[in-house]
Amino acid sequence: MTHRKSSAKRSASVMEEDDDDSRLTQPSTSQVQKGTEKLTKAQIDEKTTELVQYFLVKDQKKLPVRRAEIVKNVLKEYKNVFQEIMNGAQQRFEQVFGLKVVEIDAKNHVYILINKLEPVEGDQRINSSNPKTGLLFVILSLVYMKGGVIPEGLVWNTLKKMQVDPGEKHQEFGDVKKLVTDEFVRQRYLEYTKIPHTEPVKYEFSWGQRAEVEISKLKILKFLGELHNQDPQRWSQQYKEATGQASASMSQPSTSTQR
Amino acid sequence: MALGEGHQRFIQTMMVRGIVNEQDAKTLHRHCCEVHREHYVSDKLEEFIQVINSKLEPMNMRIRTRSSEDDGTQYFALVNTANTELTRMSSDYADNELELFRRTLDLIMTSDSSTASSTDILNSADSLQTRKLTKSAAECLLKRLVFDDWLVEKRGDYSLSTRCVMEMEPYIRTMYDEEQVKVCSVCHCLAFKCQICANPLCTVKIHYPCAVKYFKKKPIQKCPGCSELWPNKVRECRQSGSQRHR
Ligand SMILES: [Zn+2]
Ligand SMILES: [Zn+2]
Repeated sequence: MTHRKSSAKRSASVMEEDDDDSRLTQPSTSQVQKGTEKLTKAQIDEKTTELVQYFLVKDQKKLPVRRAEIVKNVLKEYKNVFQEIMNGAQQRFEQVFGLKVVEIDAKNHVYILINKLEPVEGDQRINSSNPKTGLLFVILSLVYMKGGVIPEGLVWNTLKKMQVDPGEKHQEFGDVKKLVTDEFVRQRYLEYTKIPHTEPVKYEFSWGQRAEVEISKLKILKFLGELHNQDPQRWSQQYKEATGQASASMSQPSTSTQR
Repeated sequence: MALGEGHQRFIQTMMVRGIVNEQDAKTLHRHCCEVHREHYVSDKLEEFIQVINSKLEPMNMRIRTRSSEDDGTQYFALVNTANTELTRMSSDYADNELELFRRTLDLIMTSDSSTASSTDILNSADSLQTRKLTKSAAECLLKRLVFDDWLVEKRGDYSLSTRCVMEMEPYIRTMYDEEQVKVCSVCHCLAFKCQICANPLCTVKIHYPCAVKYFKKKPIQKCPGCSELWPNKVRECRQSGSQRHR
């Protein structure tokens, strides 16, 4: 029981796990490292495919991708041609998947995928809608309506009114506090930051970088309208801002695929 | 050349769903064409998918079709064609969890019934090389694997879900020897639940729904490999909706 069938072919995976071995088997590597030899189109294509796959795996969990991890996990000795491979991946996402690579943090080079296609009625019938998205929208709209930054207590109180207690295990969301302050934050939908000079330490919420590029303000107002059965124009100040945003960037994609 | 937006929306939905049955695929096909005002022909789903695959294949992906081994219903899944590793699962499972999944796969591949008992799986949790899993952690993991639609559980026995077989096919064909990988003689896909020829020298295996189709118009049921009488009962099977596919 403790040993695998010896007849099973394991050699392929062993080779892949062992970096040094695979490097030895690729004679072109040292030339690539020196950057003296031109890479073939096939080599570039192969790396581009790997990068596309890497993005897709990360995007399943809505996790952003850092340039440094791309170099470490995907490009390796091809890091000199980062831009060329990144361009190729970008092109494939746009032409085949209807997705777009967006750099949400230009300083640390952090990228996410966003959807170029507008969500439409009927998608839900086919896509099972994710209840976590509803929770996220409640928080995002709360933050937005309160001016962009709010103390965490306000969020927890609002959720409690909706029978979602951050202190208890929720049937659908599990550990609510962890979902909101960890998962949504790692996905860059929310920012959860220490309020300076508080004792004991208190935190506040604001929109994360992904939310800024992925979710239009107009959509938030529509969501609120549906939630409260009201016309979004009722919040005239925010409505003006939101419609201004929408017309200023008509082509800006507004929502994510994977939810 | 870029794909039309209807095709792109189809791919996006497949990425979220992983696998859809034939009915849902047809609904989705129609929906995607209508939303983007693209020409829709109801019986051209196959061509629609071919166009998609021509763009996905250079990226080692494709939408694959497979019949369920239980009732023959068709399923469509977006799969990775070059995956000789379990990349699709690697973002959701820890190293030792993946190792236990591989062990489970070993048990399933080497069993005649293509199943692994929970006892055998839990026993191997003790001897993982990465990191040991406690019994309760292993039990939790099995539940998750069923929930995520990689395994199917029936009275304490685990088998691979249709989606799992579709996604793991390249992995399975790389990792196991030919005599371990059973292939249906009619549709040439991997076969787990299947009928086998009674002739001990013959290796023919046929999926139950494939056998129904194959023997339907034949006056005498003979093995396509050795021409001996086919010993198994073959009749029209009921559509069972019991298996869960997301
Ligand atoms: Zn078959
Ligand atoms: Zn035979």
